[in-house]
Amino acid sequence: MTQGLWPAVLGRFVLNELPFVRAWEHPSASEIIGAGAGAIVVIGAVFVIVLITYLGKWRYLWTEWLTSLDHKKIGVMYIVLAFVMLSRALIEAMLMRMQQAAAIQSPGFLSPDHFAQLFSTHGSIMIFFMAMPFLVGLINYVMPLQIGSRDVAFPLLNSISLWLTGGAAGLMMASLAVGEFSTGGWSGYPPYTEMAFNPGVGPDYWIWAVTMGSIGSTLTGINFVVTIYKMRCPGMRLMRMPLFVWTALCTSILMIFAMPPLTVATALLALDRYLGFHFFTNDLGGNMMNYANLFWLFGHPEVYILILPAFGVYSEVVSTFSSKELYGYTSLVIATAVIALLSFTVWVHHFFTMGQNADINAVFGIATMTIGVPTGVKIYDWIWTMFRGEVRFTVPMLYSLAFMMTFVLGGFTGILLAFPPLDYLVHNTLFLVAHFHNMLIPGLLYGMLAGYHYWFPKAFGFRLNEKWGRISFGCWVVGFYLAFMPLYVLGAAGVARRTEGMFDPIFRPWLYLAGVGALILFAALATLVLQLWVSVRERDANLVLAGDPWDGRGLEWSTSAPPPEYNFALIPSVHGRDPFFDSKRQHDAYAPPASYQDIELPKNSMTGPAIGLAGTATAFGLVWYMWWLVVIGLLVIIVAVIVRSFARDVRRIIPASEIERTELCWLSAVARATPIPREREMAPTNQGLAEVSG
Amino acid sequence: MSADEIRHAGLNLGVTDALTHEQAESDVFGFWVFLMSDAVMFALLFATYGVMLPATVGGPTPSSEYKLLPAFLETLALLTSSFTFGMASVAMKHSASRRQLLGWMGVTFVLGIAFLGMELHDFATMFGDGAYPTRSGYLSSFFALVPLHGLHVFFGSIWIVVMMVQVLTFGLDVRVKINILRLGLFWHFLDIVWIAIFSVVYLQGLIR
Repeated sequence: MTQGLWPAVLGRFVLNELPFVRAWEHPSASEIIGAGAGAIVVIGAVFVIVLITYLGKWRYLWTEWLTSLDHKKIGVMYIVLAFVMLSRALIEAMLMRMQQAAAIQSPGFLSPDHFAQLFSTHGSIMIFFMAMPFLVGLINYVMPLQIGSRDVAFPLLNSISLWLTGGAAGLMMASLAVGEFSTGGWSGYPPYTEMAFNPGVGPDYWIWAVTMGSIGSTLTGINFVVTIYKMRCPGMRLMRMPLFVWTALCTSILMIFAMPPLTVATALLALDRYLGFHFFTNDLGGNMMNYANLFWLFGHPEVYILILPAFGVYSEVVSTFSSKELYGYTSLVIATAVIALLSFTVWVHHFFTMGQNADINAVFGIATMTIGVPTGVKIYDWIWTMFRGEVRFTVPMLYSLAFMMTFVLGGFTGILLAFPPLDYLVHNTLFLVAHFHNMLIPGLLYGMLAGYHYWFPKAFGFRLNEKWGRISFGCWVVGFYLAFMPLYVLGAAGVARRTEGMFDPIFRPWLYLAGVGALILFAALATLVLQLWVSVRERDANLVLAGDPWDGRGLEWSTSAPPPEYNFALIPSVHGRDPFFDSKRQHDAYAPPASYQDIELPKNSMTGPAIGLAGTATAFGLVWYMWWLVVIGLLVIIVAVIVRSFARDVRRIIPASEIERTELCWLSAVARATPIPREREMAPTNQGLAEVSG
Repeated sequence: MSADEIRHAGLNLGVTDALTHEQAESDVFGFWVFLMSDAVMFALLFATYGVMLPATVGGPTPSSEYKLLPAFLETLALLTSSFTFGMASVAMKHSASRRQLLGWMGVTFVLGIAFLGMELHDFATMFGDGAYPTRSGYLSSFFALVPLHGLHVFFGSIWIVVMMVQVLTFGLDVRVKINILRLGLFWHFLDIVWIAIFSVVYLQGLIR
């Protein structure tokens, strides 16, 4: 009986699937590091649970955050998730750099299998669970405020997306403590991820984490598109939308059309692995090229899903901190749309070497180079925006400048790679690794960090510490150059990517240099955490309750900081591209409405957490063949959706009197604040009211 | 925007129920966008099917497995169900009696289930002939594409039942009406996908 019972309950789980047991049985540096990482996850989770219990904050957390349908809170939760996952993936990157530096003519300290798991989790996390949550969080927070809306079009769907993404990220964390992860890289190519090569749980963790994440992203894309098309305030014509909203729109359209190929690719791979289908197998008519095409049909637009919102942030930041209207608005909009369109026409450049004829490669090579044109237009527009502007070198502005220099460099190497004969030489080498980090670190991470610094005072009501921000910025830039420029050299010399050891000692200085760069990047993250700590402690000295610390231009700055849950007491109407900037100049900003009205907002809902948790349980059951869990999880999801469709009492009313109280409190803070000129905006005197000149 | 300025593709409620029509605007648009995303999935599965068609590896081929008559009857069932759902939508729009609305939805449900029954019977026959998905790349792609449509019809049928219960519970309140509009789009969309399956998979397979 026991023999039949345990496998039915635990599926294919056995005790030495735990990294702790493995490390106990075969104590090696590699296993001990694995067990240590697993221990950090377990202890970290226990610590957080104990801390919340000790502080008695469960009810607060549940009612104010986890079940909230407020787009601002959902946005903040996305960004918290992104920072947690960034920490893990950055530490993994550091480990890999240390291993390569240590493993010159020696095995180093990580086993090849462990190294392969590291590059697979690093890539998967950075793309799906750091970059995506970060940009989705930022859009969630800012976009509805910028278009003068009270929320997104589907607040409940927003919460469900968050919980699917969070659950998928949880699955990634679970793989550290139970079992192992895929060794097939972030792109999960068969045959590495097929049953014949790897029958373990690793590829299954990858499949289900990515599938859940991609479903969440598709739903998010739909939500944002409908919000931007249908929920703009009066007067907010398409060509008056802030550029960040334009990039959010294009990114969302890409999500709607580019996430399904990923879902199809992972689903077909799952059919291969679970039911013995033959889509990508080596025998019985399977063809892994189908996978390569499906994956990169998603994978290339994904690059622009990641980069476009950062372009939006830079457009806002450069314009605000130059106190100038964005130069070439129309050309920036067209460039954004053209990039979005072209992104669907270049996917083959990810596998020039995999057997198509030269003509096809030429077409895709030319299409790839074409994308450089609209991107170049954007760079010039930002430069012209700064020209003769009142430029202030604040932290977001520093990130923008570092981006412009660094991204152009990465773009050059991209043009090199777009040339198929040249690609043959450096394909699958560290040159490629250097190239895409050179695009994504400035083109995504710097942008997200710029946005984080720029909108943080809006979201939390106080400014981030400037000094630590600059130190962190310096580390991100210096660390990036040290860590990745050597990889161009190594790649050009032929070092294959994903290699856990080297033979040629001539690579040693470059690998050491890259290792130092990785350490500096870690210092960048550490100083970022330190900055948050210091800023929270000194928050009373840096309050910006009036809500406009940078002499902002868009509607998001026309509310208090943090904004009330209903965003706008009266839905604004706009007459130009920089509505708040203009109304400050016309002296009609901060005018209270003639009368206050009741506002209807969605009530909290536990549907999101229920679906997210049930989805995670289903995925976990699938990974471990715990079929009972799969059945329960799916039933809970279906029942939750149906039960929710019967709920009618889903809105709540905020009475006009309460709104009046909140608004008057804010307006009196505005009246008390001293307007400050632009050169003093980093000083504590900045209470969020801008001195209006000219 | 006033009710007569808003137009969405498909059935509009503007004439008979301006309030619901206005609220339906972003909901129905959002559902259209979702359907387009779903259409991309089907498009990719069609492409995969097309690419894997020659990969029969000495096993069953399309012409040996497909039967025109059952596929034709399935098509008739599904097309008729689309018509009956259209009748249900019109009944809802013009506030005909609740019995008419429920009646048409019931007929749609029965036709949907009949379609599923016939399709499962087809699959069972194919399995009996040794045409199961693990046999070849071609059969893998067939059994990813066609049953996915069937799965959609299955969830659509559950949705019809849920909406019938809601009509009985709530009457035709705004949310019930909007959800029936969405369900209608979903049901007609499945019809279009089936027409593609019938012509690309069955007819093309039999012509060869």
